[in-house]
Amino acid sequence: MILYLARRLVGVAGVMLAICLVTFTIFYLLPADPAAAACGKTCTPERLAEVRHSMGLDEPLWRQFTDYLTGIFAGRELGEGPHALQCGFPCFGYSYEYSLPVWDLLTDRLPVSASLAFGAALMWLVLGLGTGIAAALRKGTRTDRTLMVGAVAAASLPVYFTAVMLIHGVVRVAGVLPYPEYAALTDDPLDWAANLLLPWTALALLYAAMYARQSRSSMIEAMAQPYIRTARAKGMPERAVVVKHGLRSGMTPVLTIFGMDLGGLLAGAVITESIFGIPGVGRLFFDALQRSDQPVILGVTLLAAFFIVAANLVVDILYAVVDPRVRY
Amino acid sequence: MTVLRKGSGRPRSERAGAPADPEEEAGRSPWRLAWHAVRGDRGACAALVVVALLVFMAAAAPLLSALGGWSPTEFDKTAVDPYLGGLPKGPLGGISAEHWLGVEPVTGRDLFARVVHGGQVSLFISFAATAIVVVVGTAAGIAAGYFGGRVDTVLSRLMDLTMSFPSLIFMIAMMAVAQDVNRVLLMTGVIGIFGWPGIARVVRGETLSVKHREYVDAARAGGFGAWRIVTREILPNVSGPVIAYTTLLIPGMISTEAALSFLGVGVQPPTSSWGQMISEAVSYYETDPMYFVIPSAFLFLAVLAFTVLADTLRETLDPRGDRA
Repeated sequence: MILYLARRLVGVAGVMLAICLVTFTIFYLLPADPAAAACGKTCTPERLAEVRHSMGLDEPLWRQFTDYLTGIFAGRELGEGPHALQCGFPCFGYSYEYSLPVWDLLTDRLPVSASLAFGAALMWLVLGLGTGIAAALRKGTRTDRTLMVGAVAAASLPVYFTAVMLIHGVVRVAGVLPYPEYAALTDDPLDWAANLLLPWTALALLYAAMYARQSRSSMIEAMAQPYIRTARAKGMPERAVVVKHGLRSGMTPVLTIFGMDLGGLLAGAVITESIFGIPGVGRLFFDALQRSDQPVILGVTLLAAFFIVAANLVVDILYAVVDPRVRY
Repeated sequence: MTVLRKGSGRPRSERAGAPADPEEEAGRSPWRLAWHAVRGDRGACAALVVVALLVFMAAAAPLLSALGGWSPTEFDKTAVDPYLGGLPKGPLGGISAEHWLGVEPVTGRDLFARVVHGGQVSLFISFAATAIVVVVGTAAGIAAGYFGGRVDTVLSRLMDLTMSFPSLIFMIAMMAVAQDVNRVLLMTGVIGIFGWPGIARVVRGETLSVKHREYVDAARAGGFGAWRIVTREILPNVSGPVIAYTTLLIPGMISTEAALSFLGVGVQPPTSSWGQMISEAVSYYETDPMYFVIPSAFLFLAVLAFTVLADTLRETLDPRGDRA
């Protein structure tokens, strides 16, 4: 197990390094010039060259890349002379738009995106797995068909459409909830939940539909296994058969997808966050795009990749817990 | 030399419910299996009709908009009311004999023409991206499975790496930073790059399971080269899951294209696509609901129809396939 973990961690480091390199190269090759953006509209060629130099953009690619990597682990000094900026560990670059290190921006926005992701995940797990399992246990009946038609339809609705309809129905027409405006959990938990309820619902509806479909098919497969018949034959109550034997193997495939989805959402749900005006990582990313704030774009991309890779690792380890046949 | 199809390795009678019809005894091609499955399912039939209509609409877009009498970029100031902030005249967003699906606020551009042309862009991008994914994925999967060894290691690592990329974020970033390029082609490429590992894994697994079957050995013993074996023996026998997976990819591609265009990094005006139209209509959803509803309905229908069709095909062609 320890050996497996060590091997996986080395793999994770390798993947992260590769993603870092690819991302870096692509941004290096693309024509957009972050120096021009930092320098502003009234920029003389001399001033531009100065900015390029202070941002290290006149260095060759490999040099910029190794500087960036060093910064992540040891921090670094950006620019030279009296105007040099101290960018402490872990330095993911400096946003000239916000005049803040990228790392500070990310850690600032991360709790917001995490609030959105975890809340929505809880909702879609309850809703999606509940629907999927209920449909699987009533396979072939009218209930099953109705639930699955509903799931396919819900999965086909774009999240921005659902979001607009939710805002319209719940906020404008019914007036039950205020227009979503993010409040931190630590300030007021009730306010936090009330304001995130609609974004959670919008995201959860989409994912719940996919989870209902997935969990139905894997549950049907699990319930067709010989050991289920054995459990029933020995007189086990049906409820216990489903919960102890069916769910355990039926939910293993769902776990994989869940890890991927949650990992993907932690670094920001770009569309949902921009529609509901939630100041999370996704929103930060979207704003950074509008202003060509490349250090932020690069930082968010790396953060997102990190979450996906980390989620995969966690899922693989959890597999051993859920499925006793898996040994490392 | 006749090509043995998937499933012909074991006698038909072993399969549950296989009719004893002599015609059924012969191995059926995946396409025929698919056709039978769709015909036997009312929902899938309806989905097929919707898909056919949408594809026809996209292909005949210039013809249809000529029939409607408006080009997608033509302004019609007489159809909007300048005293109401440019809202369309008449009920339901200006639906009339003149403008079949109403007009856009302010500009008065014909919504029918824009939706039809937008569908052309949306479907073209999603089909082309799917084609890239399927060709690259199948090639990589067969190569990894058939040649094994170092080729397999390198390709499998590449698959893992590509799957670890935060694809949507990466796509948005690339689309936003790239300038002065053909947006439609760039988008096709960018969406296509990230999709291939899923199908490659499926094909790799299938290839591993067929590469030691008797007919492959026979071909090898017959002195055929790797190219011929791969294209004539392996490829036809992995085509079932590939077809199932391809249809499964399309709704996702349509959604991705729409999402990118919705965020404003996809196709740029005056070109329209469904996502881009919805994004422009969001601010009008209260004052001119039809403007918002029409492109949304087309997008919804397209994704729904392709999903239903894909489900039916997958059940028939790839009974053990999981969601990607």
